[in-house]
Amino acid sequence: MTRAITVSALHKSFGRTHALDGLDLDVETGEVHGFLGPNGAGKSTTIRVLLGLLRADSGAAQVLGRDPWTDAVEVHRRIAYVPGDVTLWRNLSGGEVIDLYGRLRGGLDRRRRAELVERFELDPTKKGRTYSKGNRQKVALVAAFASDVDLLILDEPTSGLDPLMEEVFQRCVEEERDRGRTVLLSSHILSEVEELCDRVSIIRKGRTVESGSLADLRHLTRTSVTAELAGPPDGLSHLPGVHDLDVRGRRVRLQVDTDKLDAVLRSLSESGVRSLTSTPPTLEELFLRHYQADMSEVAR
Amino acid sequence: MTTTALAVRPTRSRQLAGTGTLLRFALRRDRLMIPVWVAVNALMILSMPNTLENLYATPAERAGLVRDTAANASFRALIGPVFDDSVGALTAWRVGVYAGALAAVLSLLLVVRHTRDEEESGRQELVASGMVGRRASLTAALLTAAVANAVLALLVTAGLSGQGASGALALGLGLAGVGMVFATLAAIVAQFTESARLARGLTAGLLGAAFVLRAAGDSASDDGSSALTWVSPLGWLENLRAFADERWWVLLLFAAAASAQGAVAYALAGRRDVGMSFLPTRPGPADGRLGTAGALAWRLQRGSVLGWGIGFFLAGVVYGGLTDGVADLVGDNDNAREIFRRMGGQSGITDAFLASMVGMLGLIAALYVVASVLRLHGEETSLRAEPVLANAVGRLRWAAGHLVIAFAGSALIMLLAGLGFAVGYGKQVGPLLGACLVQLPAVWVIGGLAVLLYGVLPRAAMAAWGVAGAVLLIGWVGPALDVPQAVLDLSPFGHLPKLPGGGMEWGPVLVLLGLAAALVAVGLTGLRRRDMTT
Repeated sequence: MTRAITVSALHKSFGRTHALDGLDLDVETGEVHGFLGPNGAGKSTTIRVLLGLLRADSGAAQVLGRDPWTDAVEVHRRIAYVPGDVTLWRNLSGGEVIDLYGRLRGGLDRRRRAELVERFELDPTKKGRTYSKGNRQKVALVAAFASDVDLLILDEPTSGLDPLMEEVFQRCVEEERDRGRTVLLSSHILSEVEELCDRVSIIRKGRTVESGSLADLRHLTRTSVTAELAGPPDGLSHLPGVHDLDVRGRRVRLQVDTDKLDAVLRSLSESGVRSLTSTPPTLEELFLRHYQADMSEVAR
Repeated sequence: MTTTALAVRPTRSRQLAGTGTLLRFALRRDRLMIPVWVAVNALMILSMPNTLENLYATPAERAGLVRDTAANASFRALIGPVFDDSVGALTAWRVGVYAGALAAVLSLLLVVRHTRDEEESGRQELVASGMVGRRASLTAALLTAAVANAVLALLVTAGLSGQGASGALALGLGLAGVGMVFATLAAIVAQFTESARLARGLTAGLLGAAFVLRAAGDSASDDGSSALTWVSPLGWLENLRAFADERWWVLLLFAAAASAQGAVAYALAGRRDVGMSFLPTRPGPADGRLGTAGALAWRLQRGSVLGWGIGFFLAGVVYGGLTDGVADLVGDNDNAREIFRRMGGQSGITDAFLASMVGMLGLIAALYVVASVLRLHGEETSLRAEPVLANAVGRLRWAAGHLVIAFAGSALIMLLAGLGFAVGYGKQVGPLLGACLVQLPAVWVIGGLAVLLYGVLPRAAMAAWGVAGAVLLIGWVGPALDVPQAVLDLSPFGHLPKLPGGGMEWGPVLVLLGLAAALVAVGLTGLRRRDMTT
């Protein structure tokens, strides 16, 4: 199957700032792909290159098999985009904007539109200025989900939604995946990404630092282990891949590189295990590692 | 502790907390707009004595002008009655109404910009959450306008003191008075609309009404005593009689009106929530019919096209109606005739007057075309263009929607002006329509420049206003002052055939059309190639 999005070695500078510094991104057709990174990492810049709003300095980008800069209109016919900060025209109603966007894309499914307006509890008769941030977001979301397109590009689409609406949003994304549509989801809400995404890419300073399925990524990182032992632990500190070892009497807490977990468990069971909890790294921990790498570089 | 704090009614000083900071901030934001606007206005006023001395060198000539004006209703409607034959009095007469209108426009723009604009954009919320009193923002806005008007008054008082210190002071204070009346009026209007654009439009409409009332009153009476004149703040300005035995008490009218309107504005502002208005937005349709970028552009701009069209038609009717009377008057003075010839062409004085008025509307149409083209810039910088362009809409299609309205719209408003002239003047329908339409190549060159700037140098797009302003200045002030031909030639309007009356010249018209097309083409190419603002 062809990929929905292929990006390789993308560079883009604004004056002296290098917003994108050799970014790679592959999104398979039919998957929900999480796009993560700290503020200013280049997520929105990448998305704007994918939309043909910015022209990359160098590198290649293909969206639905075409060049987003030269074939913008053909590509956009099959795309729906939701920006993180939706601005509406003050004198147009939400319903008018939804229908406009639908017609400017591949078309709008009227039944689905009505159903989505209902589910998102949106009043489509209100004018642009009178919507709250969350409701402006809903206007763009309804327009996107009701459009007949192959690829949805969502740039922090839930930043103003309440938890109930967040739930509706997640169901909608799942429905999109079930219909075989591709979703690129840029988000800071890690639970949302964990729940929805088949694969994720983490970028930092305009470069991709991790990419793969959540399982893959977890494999590369550390597992936390907490154990209560029958006797005093022995030799744990010499094992390769063990970090942050904390021994208090018979209670042991440590972190271990996931691929070295085996040796640790063997060593623990030699002392006799009374209780054991082991947690895989959450996405949050994964993510924090990159944030913190950022922080330490700033500190330097 | 908390309860006592809540029980205390906010004192007046608390309500004004932060005004000083906001005022300094507003003046900093307007550090270019206020000086330029005030300087242009002052320049127009202070250059007038010199112009008049050239035109009417002897007291006898000036006395003749006063006599003729008193007897000519059309001329009085256009400029107002004249009360004395001194150069100072003639200056106050010649510039008063227009300088007053200019001061009023600056004042209303400033007040709306620092009140409703801030609320509409949501910036006010953040500001108001600081140590800022409930009345601070409105006060700072009014003070900003007061500063601008005070500077104008100072410049006029100092610059015209050679013609008589008390007259100069009266004119300066009168102009500032008109400014503050419209500043406070804008403050009231801004309480009623949720949109800054509408607030500006409505207040400008009230200014237009003040102009028409004064004109009607002055055409009915030769000493400004008509009730219609007394209803209009612009009429108060002439009735102040600067340089002609000043009636100082008229200044009290300005003070009373400005204070009363200010009090109303404060009372209204205190009774509503931030960001809300007394004319709430009505709900719109749940389903939309808009389906193309062009339809969206028309929906966004139709109100302004309508407003400009009505304004141009009415202006045509008024100036067309005044033509015969003004031509009679100007025909008596060789120098004035010469000025109209330079503006309007070599044929009879009637045609010359019509041609110069048509040319003036052409210059104003340049402002329309710039405003309309720069809608593209506004849509882009507000990030509303981004999601539209993320749909199956090419940049050129999107831009074309607005540009058709800018270019065809300018043709429409000039056509309506031509119809207005024909209605007002009552004859020469064909030549008048032709005269209005022949302005379009020059209007479009200015529009093309705006497209070029927007497409190629988006950060400098606002410079298109500077171009339009410079062309306006050359067109209005150039013929009266002895500006070198090389400067006059910079304006595309200087190359147009003088119609009606003069002969049609296709050469320059075609060159200007070609130039406009080239500018648009280069601008659109730039737009297609560049990054969108994000």
